[in-house]
Amino acid sequence: MSESNENLKRTPLHQVHVDSGARMVPFGGWDMPVQYSDGIIAEVKSVRNSAGMFDVSHMGRVYFEGSGAAYFLGTILSANIPALKIGRGKYNFICNSEGGVIDDAMVYRVSDEKYLLVVNAGNYDVDLEWITPRFESAMDVMMSDVTVETAMIAVQGPKAVEILNGMTDGQASGIRRFRVGQAEMLDVNATLCRTGYTGEEGFEVIVPAGKAQELWNTLKTSGVNECGLGSRDVLRLEAGLPLHGNDLSTDTNPFEAGFGRFAYFQGENYVAANALKHFSESESTRRLVGFKMVGRGIPRAGLNILSVTDPDKKIGEVTSGTHSPTVDAAIGLGYVDQNSAEIGTRILIDVRGRQVEAEIVELPFYRRQ
Amino acid sequence: MYPDDLKYSKEHEWVRVDGNIAEVGITVFAQESLGDVVFVELPAAGSEVTQFEKFGEIESVKAVSDLFSPVGGKIVEVNESTADSPEVVNEEPYGSGWLIKVELSDMGQLDELMDSETYQSTLD
Repeated sequence: MSESNENLKRTPLHQVHVDSGARMVPFGGWDMPVQYSDGIIAEVKSVRNSAGMFDVSHMGRVYFEGSGAAYFLGTILSANIPALKIGRGKYNFICNSEGGVIDDAMVYRVSDEKYLLVVNAGNYDVDLEWITPRFESAMDVMMSDVTVETAMIAVQGPKAVEILNGMTDGQASGIRRFRVGQAEMLDVNATLCRTGYTGEEGFEVIVPAGKAQELWNTLKTSGVNECGLGSRDVLRLEAGLPLHGNDLSTDTNPFEAGFGRFAYFQGENYVAANALKHFSESESTRRLVGFKMVGRGIPRAGLNILSVTDPDKKIGEVTSGTHSPTVDAAIGLGYVDQNSAEIGTRILIDVRGRQVEAEIVELPFYRRQ
Repeated sequence: MYPDDLKYSKEHEWVRVDGNIAEVGITVFAQESLGDVVFVELPAAGSEVTQFEKFGEIESVKAVSDLFSPVGGKIVEVNESTADSPEVVNEEPYGSGWLIKVELSDMGQLDELMDSETYQSTLD
């Protein structure tokens, strides 16, 4: 318990987690549940087979509103904001002027001139340090941070839509994938984003902070399993989704990470336009790949990737790894030299001195049926 | 949770002594702290271990931890079932989830270990 709990922020669901027997850990400045009593594997299975929920209230939620909102967001996000239709969401990057990834984010056009930006908890401070000075010179746009006054719960899994339909008089299923809408829920107006970070169907539901516990308990009664950050990390990795801080950073650009399609750089006065244009036109020296272990061992972030033909030669580094209960194999993501990045290539993972063979495979590791 | 017939180390391993053979595993506290065990790396039978030194690794979904042998000597048997079914360490840490059996080089080493009551007092 190296990080003092006293300085950690708490979501409106903190007490609910503690009462449920969750193991709490510091994450991005927040005291968050990493797992509940049944364990990470059981939580992963509940999301793949039924429905699970995650308290994601620690993620930053900021609204931008006004006739200048689209233009302003277009100058800081790697998405074609003026082309984003009302009710739609888009995955994008907050890049610095060198094209490095400060954060990955979701942006939703909630109404005509109102946008919601959702960012990672751990990057919230640096995101705002980057955005705020630019916002100060922007015209006709208001910024309102609702991270503290609201809660966000991700409900994910094959039964998620049905369960939320039951709580919204059927309104939930009317919101299609990657879209956002409003629905009456527990006598308040909730914002439902049909997105997630698990590879399953589901929603991320935003309600006033005061309604968070009631929503959580109602979902629990409806059969939704409580899940923590541990299973969330396994689920996102199985789905081939990157984690900023591991697979993305200011030292990586979206193209070498394989996410060039989410790196729109033709926006008017977009801060990273030149850098991203350059990366889009030039061959990367390395590439983010997915791999499965062939030998016995679990890849972990930071382990070296070596050449099979020349085990003294480092050709890359693992950025994420775990044992996947869904595909029943040890899996990982990592950057390797471009000429070793082809599907089917054998590589070695240096597991603390043991060189264990792995094979580069297509992403995602898991795709829902 | 912490049987009286076992001896315990501060690294949360247990020892069950039968003659000069010591069976070694991890405690309930250790397996609960780790969470779901998904991988166990053990040395080969016939190799030597030194008391309180690393003899293997155990991995949960989230993290890797070193295994420290509570006793020294020659490893006479390793629990092969942990390779295919590492979850036995969670399910039966004092039974089928044992890890290695060691031929004790010095019975006096057992005096360096704690009894159940003393071990439990270190967990509070």
